[in-house]
Amino acid sequence: MSIVIYIAVMAGVTYLVRMIPFTLMRKKIRSQFLRSFLHYIPYAVLSAMTIPAIFYSTGDIVTSIVGTIVAVVLAYLNLPLIVVALAASGAAFLTGLFL
Amino acid sequence: MRLCFRRGLIHGVPIALGYFSVSFGFGIMAVRAGLSVFEAVCISMTNLTSAGQAAGVTIIAACGTYLEMAITQLVINIRYALMGLSLSQKLDSSFNTPHRLAVSFGITDEIFAMASAQPSKLTPRYMYGLILISFLGWSGGTLLGAVAGNILPAAITDAMGIVLYGMFLAIIIPAAKQERSVLAVILIAAFCSCILWYAVPALSSGFAVIISAVIAAAIAAVLFPVKEEEESGE
Repeated sequence: MSIVIYIAVMAGVTYLVRMIPFTLMRKKIRSQFLRSFLHYIPYAVLSAMTIPAIFYSTGDIVTSIVGTIVAVVLAYLNLPLIVVALAASGAAFLTGLFL
Repeated sequence: MRLCFRRGLIHGVPIALGYFSVSFGFGIMAVRAGLSVFEAVCISMTNLTSAGQAAGVTIIAACGTYLEMAITQLVINIRYALMGLSLSQKLDSSFNTPHRLAVSFGITDEIFAMASAQPSKLTPRYMYGLILISFLGWSGGTLLGAVAGNILPAAITDAMGIVLYGMFLAIIIPAAKQERSVLAVILIAAFCSCILWYAVPALSSGFAVIISAVIAAAIAAVLFPVKEEEESGE
């Protein structure tokens, strides 16, 4: 497996997904199922990517869980993305110091 | 009031700052997964997307197949197709095909959000300004993160491993508060993902994410179809 091909596949597919509709499509999607599916897919992807992987993200399940709880609470309070992300990391770091 | 290049740059500053911190986390993550600094920066400069890159690095680290990589990127980034579709309705008449081909590279969640929020038609120059500064923030953050990943003590880089996931939670949780249907999508996807993670450990994480996401989004599309007017409000 070559890293160059991996990156080429990633970049190529990502570009085509962005380019084809933006450049070619002029009509609106009619299918309500398809439009709904496309509306929900980003949230589904992010959720599936995050859970349960986040519990192993720092290499230690305790610090990961503390970081996750902090992220969930701050995200629930509608704080900006950067604040939530860095606070989760800070909480995991501080917890690590006490273990 | 025409949207000029400089206005695009100014509107892109908050996006670039946000990208910088997140891509710093991506740089650390990529180096931890065994990539070189150069490879990590190459990925950021050619992809310009957080979730897709994070999944891509996971697949590279696990020596997944190229097909798995292609399908994962397609599924994770399919939202950009919808955004591109939406933006294509809002373009200035000077947006010819070469401009469309170039600008489509820079369609991200945040750039889409900023561009959509403009009251007037979008010009190529405005989009180039917006994309250029965001691109610099994203690539620069990756470079520093990847370098720092080699220098910083393990206690800090370990803790940085959660940054991207924290950002993902910050995207989905406020959306779940607003829409019950999104909450359902998130819970179904998380449930499927956990089942696959623990019950089928042989399944690669890329495919596990695709399968979980498609099941959750399809169920929600049947149970909670999105009405025309709800969509146009985005």
